[in-house]
Amino acid sequence: MYRILREILRNGIKTERELPPDASLRVSMPQCGEAPTALGNALAIRHVDAGSCNGCELEIHALNNPYYRLEGLGMGFVASPRHADMLLVTGPVSKHMEAALRRTYDAMPEPRLVAAIGDCGKNGGAFCRRKNYACKGGVSSVIPVDVEVPGCPPEPAAILQGILSAIRT
Amino acid sequence: MNGMNFEGMVKMACAAPIWTVEAEGASWRKMAQACSDQGGRLVSIWGSEAGKGVSVFAACVFSEGMLILRCSAADGKFESLADIFPCAARMQRAVHDMLGVRCGEEGERPWLSHGLWPPFPLRKSYDPSADFVCEEESYRFVSVEGEGVHEIAVGPVHAGIIEPGHFRFQVVGEKVLRLEERLGYKHKGIEKAFEGLTPREGAKLAARISGDSTVAYSWAYAMALEALCGVTVSTRASLLRGILLERERIANHLADLGALGNDAGFSFGLAQFSVIREDMLRTSKAHFGHRLLMDIIVPGGVSVDIDAKAGEAIFAECAAVREKVLVLREIYADHTGLQDRFLATGKVESGLAARLGLTGLAGRASRNVSDLREDHPYAPYDRLGVSMATHHGGDVAARVSVRFDEILESLRLIRAMLEMMPEGETAGEIPECSGFGAGWVEGFRGEVLVTLEVEKGVIRRAHAHDPSWQNWPVLEFAVIGNIVADFPLINKSFNLSYSGHDL
Repeated sequence: MYRILREILRNGIKTERELPPDASLRVSMPQCGEAPTALGNALAIRHVDAGSCNGCELEIHALNNPYYRLEGLGMGFVASPRHADMLLVTGPVSKHMEAALRRTYDAMPEPRLVAAIGDCGKNGGAFCRRKNYACKGGVSSVIPVDVEVPGCPPEPAAILQGILSAIRT
Repeated sequence: MNGMNFEGMVKMACAAPIWTVEAEGASWRKMAQACSDQGGRLVSIWGSEAGKGVSVFAACVFSEGMLILRCSAADGKFESLADIFPCAARMQRAVHDMLGVRCGEEGERPWLSHGLWPPFPLRKSYDPSADFVCEEESYRFVSVEGEGVHEIAVGPVHAGIIEPGHFRFQVVGEKVLRLEERLGYKHKGIEKAFEGLTPREGAKLAARISGDSTVAYSWAYAMALEALCGVTVSTRASLLRGILLERERIANHLADLGALGNDAGFSFGLAQFSVIREDMLRTSKAHFGHRLLMDIIVPGGVSVDIDAKAGEAIFAECAAVREKVLVLREIYADHTGLQDRFLATGKVESGLAARLGLTGLAGRASRNVSDLREDHPYAPYDRLGVSMATHHGGDVAARVSVRFDEILESLRLIRAMLEMMPEGETAGEIPECSGFGAGWVEGFRGEVLVTLEVEKGVIRRAHAHDPSWQNWPVLEFAVIGNIVADFPLINKSFNLSYSGHDL
């Protein structure tokens, strides 16, 4: 136990200040009225990988590390779409994931937010430079999207900024 | 050559020791059997449509390196290798999904295709808007009958931040009787997307086959292209490639060790390891320009060079990471709660591992020892004397131990590479060329293979193989007799790629 405490103390507090919300990340007018703002930061997020290369997942994982400390802002990832306020979607939406993505979205209570993460979530990215038989190409081609965060993959600070932009702009 | 000298074997002008051979008729199975008899393994099976029909390729490993067999499947059939190498079964089903050539009845059971796009996308005449019969719901899982047996269906959307796939458990009480995987959810037509690209454009796609192995894939892709064009990279570029690959290995192992602690209820581990990982990613961003090191390895060399100051910073970071990892290793080792969850969980005996072809990190943790960097060291590993990490345990604890050992070895390698780094060019030209090339790299998970067919500077066919193909079937065995609640821990201890497998 002594060594565990020593390591915790040695690391100290790493948490950094988050980037301010950026209205330019928003792709559609707020569909949820005032509800998300009224909730403050208490946001329950459900992640769906709709065919990413897994690079975005690595950076989403980083949101839980002590530097970005998502939970310190009152937000957290939840296991069920039934508990979620926001759907965080990555990937060019493979046709094999289209039904699962729709069902996950349909299972969410309203009001609900959707953030499309990465170039793939935005428009299919590197996989959809030309027509691709296996991809829908972009999350907004399947479900309504509130914010899009570009990048390949976007850095954790940018993903966090995108999440904040969905509830604060 | 150690009893392996088939007529027509041609050595490729590749950094890695790779031969190709025409294997028509009986010689297809005979050569594969000869590799197996030597204790060799199967790396990959794939198909390609050449001028007059489909060819099927098999990349086998023998004592001297890799042998790529090619046979014609002009009549729509080829001989199965699944009795020689069990891991061939799913790859052969995928060959049918992609190209419509099959071997036996099992060969027609879909694997990557879920029936949501017209069949055989890798045929040159493929029409993505053609009519087809949607067969999505017809996939049949094996079920277990008997008193008290019930079924748990999990996925494709899982409860955490994980890639999608479906797991079908047959369970009695808490005990797993059987697990069947259904993958392919992430299939995004990568191999088709390569067709028609220039090799430079293809490099970007290769870097996105599996994001956690972006360096390994970029290197394998570059190696394939360099072999095809007869280009060799400078010593400085190859050392930088080595540093990038080892940094990727360390970053992934750090994430896995943290996540494994967390899955066993020790969130301290996740917090600590994720700080070390984040620090390393920031160093990568500062000196290479990308946190995950995407697009840094390019055909001909590397796109970013480092100056003396950056070299010193990377060198110093190795010492700091080493010190922290050693402390955390002791904490993990002495934590009884953690060890109770790790030991004897998800065990794969070495005999089973060898029979099923368990590869890479997981293979080394089950005494199935192979590591390209030691077995067939090419530049820069030929001058480094890599010491492969192994373990006899075969359980989660063994896979944890191998990760710790590999981090420490990779830190040593990075420092050694920085010390021997000469001045020189880091980028080279790639001339327009035609031909067949292959690249073979030991990524953090295991061996990655990329093969390329290029015609006058345009990609005709690219194939990428992830070691997850070999290890996914073994995971089905690793969970038998364990409790359902240990599945996330066991799964994480393998950390297999869905994207690299589903393509």
